[in-house]
Amino acid sequence: MKKLLSLSLLSLAVAATSAQARDDDQIRIGVDVPYEPMEFRTPDGELTGFDIDLGNAMCAEMKVECEWVVQGWDGIIPGLMARKYDAIMSSMTINDKRREQVLFSEPYFTPPSAWFAPSSTELTEATEGSLDGMSIGVQRGTLQDNYVTDMYGNVADVNRYSTADDMVLDMEAERLDIVFLDYPVGQSTLLESDNRDYKVIGDMITEPKQYFGDGFGMAFRKRDKDLAEQFNQALETLRNNGTYDDIKARYFDES
Amino acid sequence: MQALLDWLDGLLANNSIFTLQTLSFYGEGLTTTVQLVFLSLIIGLIMAVPLAIGRSSRHGLIKWPIFAYTYVFRGTPLLVQLYLIYYGVVFVEGVQESWLWPLIKDPFMPALVAFTLNTAAYTTEIFRGAIKATPKGEIEAARAYGMSPTLALRRIVLPSAFRRALPAYGNEVIFMLHASAIASVVTLMDLTGAARFVYARFYAPFDAFLFVAAIYLCLTFAILYFFRFLEKKLLAHLKPMT
Repeated sequence: MKKLLSLSLLSLAVAATSAQARDDDQIRIGVDVPYEPMEFRTPDGELTGFDIDLGNAMCAEMKVECEWVVQGWDGIIPGLMARKYDAIMSSMTINDKRREQVLFSEPYFTPPSAWFAPSSTELTEATEGSLDGMSIGVQRGTLQDNYVTDMYGNVADVNRYSTADDMVLDMEAERLDIVFLDYPVGQSTLLESDNRDYKVIGDMITEPKQYFGDGFGMAFRKRDKDLAEQFNQALETLRNNGTYDDIKARYFDES
Repeated sequence: MQALLDWLDGLLANNSIFTLQTLSFYGEGLTTTVQLVFLSLIIGLIMAVPLAIGRSSRHGLIKWPIFAYTYVFRGTPLLVQLYLIYYGVVFVEGVQESWLWPLIKDPFMPALVAFTLNTAAYTTEIFRGAIKATPKGEIEAARAYGMSPTLALRRIVLPSAFRRALPAYGNEVIFMLHASAIASVVTLMDLTGAARFVYARFYAPFDAFLFVAAIYLCLTFAILYFFRFLEKKLLAHLKPMT
């Protein structure tokens, strides 16, 4: 507590003395956990996941110290604007609407979204007809939320959750018929679940671009162009020297 | 004036937030909030009257269980109660197969149950205080007229207790309206849920929440007005004569 207090006092002092609040050798990165396998906590409370490992690798490459700041998803962009952290690396899909608010790095990962339902389901595909009257689960404010709301909001009952955990809980409780998730997240939370059997319904979905964007990117405040460029270069290096593939292999099945 | 109108016109033309879709979300949210609050208040009120009478009873066997209930529900946050009732109940063995499941499955029922039990606990205590504050002389007079305790309760104690409880109860109604803002954590699309949806979609906290705050203010104003009217009517005999 004391440390936290002195830290916040320090940051206050830094903010007061210079227009540039960011201390150059420490970069704070906002992340929303848990969102397996992209970012989550190990049983002993350590942050881990694809984003975390890749982010740390990039910071090491840039020779800067990075600190992860945990922030709920629906406040994650306002938190960046409010300077609670300098960047977001939290499976954030690049799209035009967000581009109005933030500056994105080059995409570092492109995940497909997919429908997941219990194996016992009679659904074989997700269409307006087959989803009629179903309870669909999505995480609030995600691109999946936007997609489902616009495509199926009129025929199905869309339930929005603040965290993926709550949604999985309601899926296990049979409150939801089907959920629409990033494939990697569905893979680790549902397909590998011990409690019930789940399966993917239909194809992976990455179109239309209007919803699914160009993949995940780090987000920065618009004026922090240099910082974004540094991360882009670090990513380029990691892709070339194989570190990127190592990290990817740690968290994803071949797909 | 013309400048103001032009400004308003420009504001509405350039906004991508308050479209037909988001306004319909707010509309849906308003319906859910009003339904939820109204139903829980009515049921809570009906529950609270016998509970308050029991709570004022001299018999420990009646009094203490009711005290335990009001203590638990007033002593824990409503959010915790809602979580327990919505998420907790599904861990009860076999609940998915029971006849109750269609009711519990939908978030409305669990939220209604949590809100009702909560407001009933508070209302019980409000009424108990009012019953307790009945002037002794009134009860003695009723007894002197030969009324039985039940009759005295019905004719003398309860009517005057309700009048005394009215201002405090009006507060409870407003608190309940505001407490209902947590319904969106269990996926109910209430007013706050609609605001959170708009906020998350457009990253526009001010627009989304100021708009919803204005709606809550209007609702609160209606409640205040209604209770002022009731008080005027029911407490007229207590007003100083002019």
